[in-house]
Amino acid sequence: MRTREDIRNFWLVAVLAGAITAVGLGAAHYMELHGHIVTGMNNQVVWGLPHVFAIFMIVAASGVLNVASIGSVFGQTVYKPRAPLSGLLCIALLMGGLMVLMLDLGRPDRVIVAATHYNFKSVFAWNVFLYSGMTAIVAVYLWTMFERRMNKYSKPAGLAALVWRFVLTTGTGSIFAFLVARQAYQSALLAPLFIVLSFGWGLAVFLVTQSTMYAWEGRVLDGAIRRRMARLLGVFIAASMYLVAVYHLTNLYYAKQAAFERFLLVDGGLYPLLFWGGYVLVGSVLPLLLLFHPKLSSARYTFAASALVVVGAFAFLYVFIIGGQAFPLEIFPGHTVSSSFGDGAIASYAPSLPEFLLGVGGLGAALLLTVVGVRAFDFMPQDDFVSAKS
Amino acid sequence: MNPVPPTPSQDAAQPERRGFLGVAAAGLAGILLAPGVRLIEIAQAAPAAGAATAGADPQVRWGMLIDSTKCSSGCTDCVTACRTENGLPENPGTTGAQWIRKIEIKEIRTGKTQSLPVMCQHCAEPPCVDVCPTGASFKRADGIVLVDKHICIGCRYCVMACPYKARSFVHEPQTNQKPDVPRGMGTVEGCTMCVHKVDRGEQPACVQACSAAGHGAIVFGNLNDPTSEISKRVRAIQTSQLRADLKLDPGVRYHGI
Repeated sequence: MRTREDIRNFWLVAVLAGAITAVGLGAAHYMELHGHIVTGMNNQVVWGLPHVFAIFMIVAASGVLNVASIGSVFGQTVYKPRAPLSGLLCIALLMGGLMVLMLDLGRPDRVIVAATHYNFKSVFAWNVFLYSGMTAIVAVYLWTMFERRMNKYSKPAGLAALVWRFVLTTGTGSIFAFLVARQAYQSALLAPLFIVLSFGWGLAVFLVTQSTMYAWEGRVLDGAIRRRMARLLGVFIAASMYLVAVYHLTNLYYAKQAAFERFLLVDGGLYPLLFWGGYVLVGSVLPLLLLFHPKLSSARYTFAASALVVVGAFAFLYVFIIGGQAFPLEIFPGHTVSSSFGDGAIASYAPSLPEFLLGVGGLGAALLLTVVGVRAFDFMPQDDFVSAKS
Repeated sequence: MNPVPPTPSQDAAQPERRGFLGVAAAGLAGILLAPGVRLIEIAQAAPAAGAATAGADPQVRWGMLIDSTKCSSGCTDCVTACRTENGLPENPGTTGAQWIRKIEIKEIRTGKTQSLPVMCQHCAEPPCVDVCPTGASFKRADGIVLVDKHICIGCRYCVMACPYKARSFVHEPQTNQKPDVPRGMGTVEGCTMCVHKVDRGEQPACVQACSAAGHGAIVFGNLNDPTSEISKRVRAIQTSQLRADLKLDPGVRYHGI
């Protein structure tokens, strides 16, 4: 039974998340009225902070579904009770990410055009199908888990969701991988890199949510389960670092990419700082320490490690998306160039409040969907039932 | 550790949950449907596609030859003419549109300096057209690459994809537009090769301005017509393409770089 305090807490969080979403929508409206002139974006950095938020949420959405896949496809009993929450978070993050992506369009009022006019050569057009398909498949998957008559279809639905999520993240990575014009992208490595990044980011989001829910309900997560999930997060972090290292090393191997890598990793000001300090130190090394140090085994360190992975994800994406555009296009190799249009110059970009609020609004929408979903359905992992049955 | 006993029966919470679900579902349906209905109205309000036009001639491939040996450093007549012709801002900052710009280049090894204009290269294999999700970026049969302002949603993917930085995003509301060159906040645009003039049998504004200044550094014409001035020149002198490594087959050629 729900206590009065429970109900009060639910409405408190729901209203807060709703307010954050509303502020995000307000910011988007302001941007639509005045144009992108009120953002920090310009004709050199055309994708700004909203893309950092949106891509984080979309990549994490596919990764968070891993928890369900490990349970229903690979039959790990500890993960099975977590499958519904994993599916809910997937849909919520996807919706939050898409909200930001669509409201950051120059003409968000024309979003229907993206559904009526397709260019099938465009990775963006593929993604329209990948995102809507993902939502539909996960919704069916959740149904097979909740509806007893449909339980037997849960495994095939889970398998379909697993395959789809790989395709989806490949699609997200390919948005950048197919950009032959820019030194930062144009790499086939980006598809697998985004998949591995999604593992870590998704699990981190799941662990943060799970800890919060347990704390809210005044329950304590079984230590063995928590340690197991923490170890898995550690493996994902290490795998991500490996692929990020390979991406930069392959770039460094080509002489023509040396200047770009130098900019990103050494003398690019904010970008090397965010890469080394944000992604490597705060987002990877520190979490690994918190997850594997024998003296730091309590629940709050797992929570802190997960939260830091999310912080590192934002740092990584900022460097990847903004830094990748800030470095000038090389139209005349072997020449120094200058023009009135920023040719040959590092572009400057300072995010403005409206675009930041739009990004945060997407997170608010994801939180709102999660809170309402958890309230309406049984998303709380029920380990007691599992241990009683098995 | 105090494990909380599991909820005795899920049915106990059913009526409350059902009520909540009903309200939530109705609310969600309203939120999802209302904008959709509004958007369909907007979409239907757009003029019918395929309004009668003669259509571009597929036998033609419009192109330009830019002779950097004739292009004078410091001269921006082509840029000014483009801005005047197309109603572009006179002093664009980082957010203003620049369909053509003068680039000063200096070879690092030899110190050789040159000045040349760069604009949309009107590729035969344009990356902007490949990446555009709605097909707003398109190539006419005669090789001119354009943006359909009615279906551009402003995603800026084409700006990311263009190797020549030839596209601009319209960041602000526009006033005093030219009737021949509609522009719109929130959409992407770039050099149209003055398609409105070309279709009338005229030369693009930048080409006219360069001739008027006495440089004659830009030749415009039909690359498919062996008797055209541009074809003769391209056959006679060494020309190069920018980012030829990408094999995009640009319609704009350069001499002297």
